[in-house]
Order: sequence, then structure tokens, then C-alpha cells
Amino acid sequence: MTMRSIYLDNAATTKMSSTAIQAMLPYMSETYGNPSSLHSAGQRAAEALADARKRVADCLGCSPNEITFTSGGSEADNQAIISAAYFGKRKGKTHIISTAFEHHAVLHTLKKLEKEGFEVTLLDVHENGIVTPEDVAAAIRSETCLVTVMYANNEIGTIQPIKEIGQVCRDKGVLFHTDAVQAVGHLHIDVKDQNIDMLSLAAHKFHGPKGVGVLYAKRGIPLTNVIEGGAQERGKRGGTENVPAIIGMTAALEDACRNIDTNASKVSALRDKLICGLSKIPHSVLNGDAVHRLPGNVNFCFEGIEGESLLLLLDDKGICASSGSACTSGSLDPSHVLLAIGRPHEIAHGSLRLSLSEETTEEEVDYAINTVTDVVTTLRNMSPVWRDLVNGKSEFVIK
Amino acid sequence: MALYSEKVMDHFRNPRNVGVIDNADGVGEVGNAKCGDIMKIYLKIENDIIVDVKFETFGCGSAIASSSMATELIKGKPISEAMLLTNKAVAEALDGLPAHKLHCSVLAEEAIKKALQDYYERNGIDYDKAQFPNCESCGHCGE
Repeated sequence: MTMRSIYLDNAATTKMSSTAIQAMLPYMSETYGNPSSLHSAGQRAAEALADARKRVADCLGCSPNEITFTSGGSEADNQAIISAAYFGKRKGKTHIISTAFEHHAVLHTLKKLEKEGFEVTLLDVHENGIVTPEDVAAAIRSETCLVTVMYANNEIGTIQPIKEIGQVCRDKGVLFHTDAVQAVGHLHIDVKDQNIDMLSLAAHKFHGPKGVGVLYAKRGIPLTNVIEGGAQERGKRGGTENVPAIIGMTAALEDACRNIDTNASKVSALRDKLICGLSKIPHSVLNGDAVHRLPGNVNFCFEGIEGESLLLLLDDKGICASSGSACTSGSLDPSHVLLAIGRPHEIAHGSLRLSLSEETTEEEVDYAINTVTDVVTTLRNMSPVWRDLVNGKSEFVIK
Repeated sequence: MALYSEKVMDHFRNPRNVGVIDNADGVGEVGNAKCGDIMKIYLKIENDIIVDVKFETFGCGSAIASSSMATELIKGKPISEAMLLTNKAVAEALDGLPAHKLHCSVLAEEAIKKALQDYYERNGIDYDKAQFPNCESCGHCGE
């Protein structure tokens, strides 16, 4: 009997679709020219690149010349934020607004800018993991040059009121960037309709290849290079374009966008079944808003246990999952996202993220509910923290 | 997972000596839930011999494996021998731990020493305090 393998870590990365793989293959073996080359082999690659740019732009509701291909979401986040910050600085504006639970690609870029003299305000994301347009409006000052708020959180899956935040920024004349790495391909996005000035995405979150992404920047926003080099990407991103990956990403993106509604209704039904099943574990709590939530995201804290041991035992039983415990991140502190929604350290250590895809089956969800329930019990039975809680020596945080 | 040795995974999956000793002669608890690991060791001692030992651990895979291995290393041994147990010996018996997990073996050593200290205190036995770690000031938790 082969080992059962249930992949519930689609927020980390997804399996590539055969559509994406098939689309890429000719660009490795046949049309392998460098798009910057003048000869016909190069020009065929350049045409494919131009076609991909147009198709990606169509998926996002923008123009092809507003698309910059990057090495992924992190590079796009870096370039978007640095560009907007330096653009602002030239006009004497050095204040940036973001949230406490952004991805580190955003937070670490902001830290770097702080060292350069920028001032950063990180908004509270409340217990439900959602920042409000009112919070953003109240934080904007005359010297604010950028608001950057993620579209949906990578750990707890909460979806932010992007269109409304974009409107607030537009009314006040402040640039608005969103890290949409978790959202693209899973939620309907139209940058014009949703008042988005800049957006980052990564192909591997929607069954495309790793190492490729997009920065959308509205016409008129001057980009600052993160990578210096040749004239690729209108001179704004040096380095020979990863043509096969860009083609694969484009195919995956079109596929995902075409099927958003079907996939979302199927996956969110499984998500809700999983949430319902895991909620029956005593002293457990769902992290993040239950409604304004990515179709595939489930994130729980279980009191009295630690997340890394939970992941290892689940892996033994064939379930690939993720946790925000400090032990899995290699740092002393647990997930900054869970701390940002107000979970105490000892509770944040006992977190589990299960992220579904449209390939997840109901049978896998049933197996996951039973297995997580068993494993949590096993670990609680050897936990001195749990014993003290049960014996009334300490008080439960999660009722 | 390649993060841990087979030995660590074996002691994590099948931990030895898990549980509680109701009338323990010495109990030691170290760590902090805020930091993500707590170890508690229970000792039964007769004629200076550790006749039984149990543990409870809240923590990661290597914390559970370190507790399990440490209890195996002192079970049936005289106190004098248990006092010589080092974190290094625990880590080596597990065929090594990743660098950022070595503190788990330190916790195991300290939990045992704290349980022995508790045994001395309960029985009014004189002991050299310098031989025991001061857990509150160890700094493992970065506080």
C-alpha cells in the first residue's frame, strides 16, 4: 500500500497544472531564443512575451505596458514599495501606511525604508484580521506617499476591503499598493474598478511555476529598479526574461480566472466543512473572519499544544500542513500575524494552517478532520500545559 | 522529514516514559509556554537510585524527543550519574539536533537537575547549589 499523501499547504505553493506545463515546454525546446536578440529565434520569443503581457493585462483589467514581469511576489512587493516611496520622497512625502500582518516581503522592505528616514505606520488589523477603510483614512496625512495593504492574508486568509481602501487613497491623492499574492486567481480582481495603483502577484500560488510574478503599476508611476541591467521590461527590471515561466504563468492565470466562480464555490464548501469539523475539538478557535476569507484557507489555534510537533505527526499520517509556531519559523516568536490579531504567544504557538485547492476532495477533508482531532489529543495527553488547564491549575484562554 | 535524525523521529513518534508519577520524590519543570516549550520531569528515587522517571512536554518534535531520550539515559541510574548528564550527551544520543534546536537538549538536562534539586529540598539533603542551573535567568527565552 502506498503512503497516503494529502496536500493541504496550497497557500505555500501549488502543484503546477498540466495546462501550465504544456504551455511552457515549447519555450524550452523550440522557441528558446532571447527576446532581446534581433534574429528570428529571438523575435519569436519576443512576440510570445508581448502576447503573454497582453493576456496577463487582460486578466487584471489593465494595459500591457503597465505590467512588469518579476522573479515573483517578493520582488514585485519590493519594487512597488521602493518605487512609490522614492516617488513620494521627491515630492517631500515620506510617510507610508501599511498593516501589522503584511508578508515579510512588505514588512522588511518597510524596515529598510525606515532606516533611510521614511516614517511607517502599521495599522491594527483587529481580532477578525480585517483593516477598515476608516482606519486607513484616519492614518493618512499630508506627507503620506503610499498605502500598502495586502489583498488577502497568507496565514489566516482574511480578505481586506480593497476597493474601499483604494477609494480612500484616491480621494486623498495617495498611491495604493496591494500584495495580492494570495488573492490572484482565487478572487475577482480588476485593478481599475478596485482603485488599485500597484499590485503584486506570484504565479506559483495559482498552479503556475515558481520564480515568476508580476508587478502591475498604473501608467505614470515611475518605477525604481531593484535589479539593474539591460533594457528588458522598459529598462525597469534587468535580466533576460524567464520566457517559459512567464508563458506558464499566463496559461495558469487565464485558467484560474476563467474558473474562479466554480472553484471558489467548490473549495469554500470544503473549507466550511473542515472549519466545522475542527471547531468540534474542545478549546480550539478559528483564526480570522469566517466570512471574508479566501476560499481555501483554514487556520486554527489549539490550546495546550505546540505547532511543530503537530505538523510532524500530521506529516507521518500523510497530511502536509503549515503552522505559525516559532519552532517552524526558526525564530523565538510565533507568527506575527497571529500576534497581530491578538492571540497570546502560548496560543499562537499551537496554530495550524490547512490550505485547500480545487483538487482537494471531500474524503480528504473527512480524513483531515479525524486525523487532526486524533493528533491534537495525542499531544495534549503528553502536555504539562494541558494537564494544568484540565486540572484547573491554570485558566483556559480559548473557552 | 530530513530536519531530524531517525533517532529523533523515533523518540518523537514513540516517546518513552511519557506520563506522571503520582507520588514522585522529585518534580522539575523548566521552560515557558510563551516561548513554546515546557518540560516536566517526575522522579521516583529509592536508595539513591532513580527507579522510575516520567515526563510531560509541551513543545516541538525535538523537545519531545530530547525529554524521551533524557529519561532513558537516567532510568535505573544512581543520582550521582544522573547529575553528570549533559545536554551534549542527550543531543549525541539522538544522533544530533539541528543547531537551532540544541536548546531542547539543554531544557532536558535542566529539567532533570531541577527534579533532583526538588528531591534534595524535600528530603532536607545538603547539596551544592552551584551544580544546578538557575532556570529563571538562563535567557533561553530571550526575555
